[in-house]
Amino acid sequence: MNRYFFGPQKTINQHVIGLGVVVAISLLGLSLHNIIGYRVVAFMLMVGVSILAMFFDIIPVLVAATLSALIWDFFFIPPRYTLTVGTPEDRSLLVMYFLIALINAVLTNKIRKMEKAIKERDDKEKSLRFYNTLLNSLSHELRTPITTIIGSTDNLQTNSTMLSEEVKAELVNEISVASFRLNQQVENLLNMSRLESGAFQIKTDWVDMSDLLYKTLQRLDPNLSKYRVDVELPEQLPLFKLDFGLIEQVIYNLLINVTQHTPEGTLITIKAVCVRERLVLTIADNGNGFPDGEIDKVFDKFYRLKGSKTGGTGLGLSIVKGFVEAHGGTISLKNLQGHGSKFTIDIQTGKSHPFKIKDD
Amino acid sequence: MIKQSVLIIDDESQIRRLLTITLQSNNYEVFEAATGQDGISAVSNNTPDLILLDLGLPDQSGHDVLKNLREWYSNPIVIISVQSGEEDIVKALDNGADDYLIKPFRTGELLARIRNAIRKAGGEANFSIAIFDNLTIDHANRMVKKNNEIVKLTVTEFNLLSLLSRNDGKVLTHHFLLKEVWGTHQQNESQYLRVFVAQLRKKIENDANRPRYIITESGIGYRFMGNTNF
Repeated sequence: MNRYFFGPQKTINQHVIGLGVVVAISLLGLSLHNIIGYRVVAFMLMVGVSILAMFFDIIPVLVAATLSALIWDFFFIPPRYTLTVGTPEDRSLLVMYFLIALINAVLTNKIRKMEKAIKERDDKEKSLRFYNTLLNSLSHELRTPITTIIGSTDNLQTNSTMLSEEVKAELVNEISVASFRLNQQVENLLNMSRLESGAFQIKTDWVDMSDLLYKTLQRLDPNLSKYRVDVELPEQLPLFKLDFGLIEQVIYNLLINVTQHTPEGTLITIKAVCVRERLVLTIADNGNGFPDGEIDKVFDKFYRLKGSKTGGTGLGLSIVKGFVEAHGGTISLKNLQGHGSKFTIDIQTGKSHPFKIKDD
Repeated sequence: MIKQSVLIIDDESQIRRLLTITLQSNNYEVFEAATGQDGISAVSNNTPDLILLDLGLPDQSGHDVLKNLREWYSNPIVIISVQSGEEDIVKALDNGADDYLIKPFRTGELLARIRNAIRKAGGEANFSIAIFDNLTIDHANRMVKKNNEIVKLTVTEFNLLSLLSRNDGKVLTHHFLLKEVWGTHQQNESQYLRVFVAQLRKKIENDANRPRYIITESGIGYRFMGNTNF
């Protein structure tokens, strides 16, 4: 069944389509009724109305049912071309036809309403599950830094005279580190709930991938100081239509992820190429790769690799996936032959060739 | 020396307290307002040298306060915004805000932005020749030198660099740059801007991938960092 055709339609469209279906079946019946008899035509019309009932609202279906009953009466029941019905048999048939069509329409409509209610309940349960997991994650990931902050400030306030300057400085540093961790977690959770809300919209503009990549790398300088980073960009890479902030966050999260799962000294290779109308961005490392059984789950919300380091809500990569998909793109992960793993982002988007722009 | 004054318009008393402590200990005179209305009255009573304006106020939108103030108050206004509010920031900058800070921000950054905005308000650098580190921009003769060697720039490249450098330390939105350099009819041709910034960086930066002068502000615009350090 053509989804577009029978999907949710405006009421006026439903009326038009309903009329079309009834008229088409009637024309077919006119050409066939000499062979099959006018009573079979009633069944053909009934099938048409039943199919309409499966997809349309109740009113257009009732209209189609009434119309088909009138057409059957006028064009097919002898005496033809009058609304008069000749025999008592045909009279009862017409009444029954009309009743069955009505019951059909009403029942189908009820079933559809029930289906909708069940789907809504499922969605509600799903989002409830999501929020439960979110709350669990929140209570752990946010409380840890908050506990650190409260503990440190308590110490500074009540034991101030007992503490050496060195310890005081250490406590202040703990507060600072915990605050940044808190901020990072809140940002992740905000991004996730933005994606979950469904009201998420991307704002695209022309992006110079080189600018974006190096800017992100610069932000990550402290995290990447013990890694080797190799960036490979073609000299004449076009500009792409992307949401700068979101793709920046995607690359940021992917690189943070690499630093969390690979040893220091790992080589990270970032490449961006243009394949026809697509941006293909890869981030590869020569670390240990992902455990085979877990590679499909890394993009799942709240999924954390078994035995992974502390910190992290298990949201980083699902945000990456959400942001890439918001661009209509895909992301995949695979282990490389030998060593390491590779993320591949593939986004079909508009491109512009900068070197074709004339100057002055 | 007369102390410079800063007005804080923010509904969170904790934030106001923190900012007040920070600013007072750095020799600023500080006024506070918790609502847009109070903020506007405070400006008319005291005329501060700078305003820190939070965009999320309880009684009216920070954008409305900004628009109102910009009709009669010409000193710098620095916007304070929450994360992921790019559109808000661009709107505020296009409506006359001088700079922005995203919560949470570092104290050092806050002070640098305030210093820079107040210094800028002393008048746009009107020298015909501006010198930054290894870069010399001769506006009168439309000539640029890097390490004392002439850099050949196209007309558009020079116009862009000239505009950016005359606004040292200030973030300029994509929209503003396109309008000023390419004219109103090209306001949506942002690819021009990307290309010319990339070309300029290749010519004037020591390492175009780690620019020292022309800094990208994600989703907002560019900021020239001549003699400014944040």
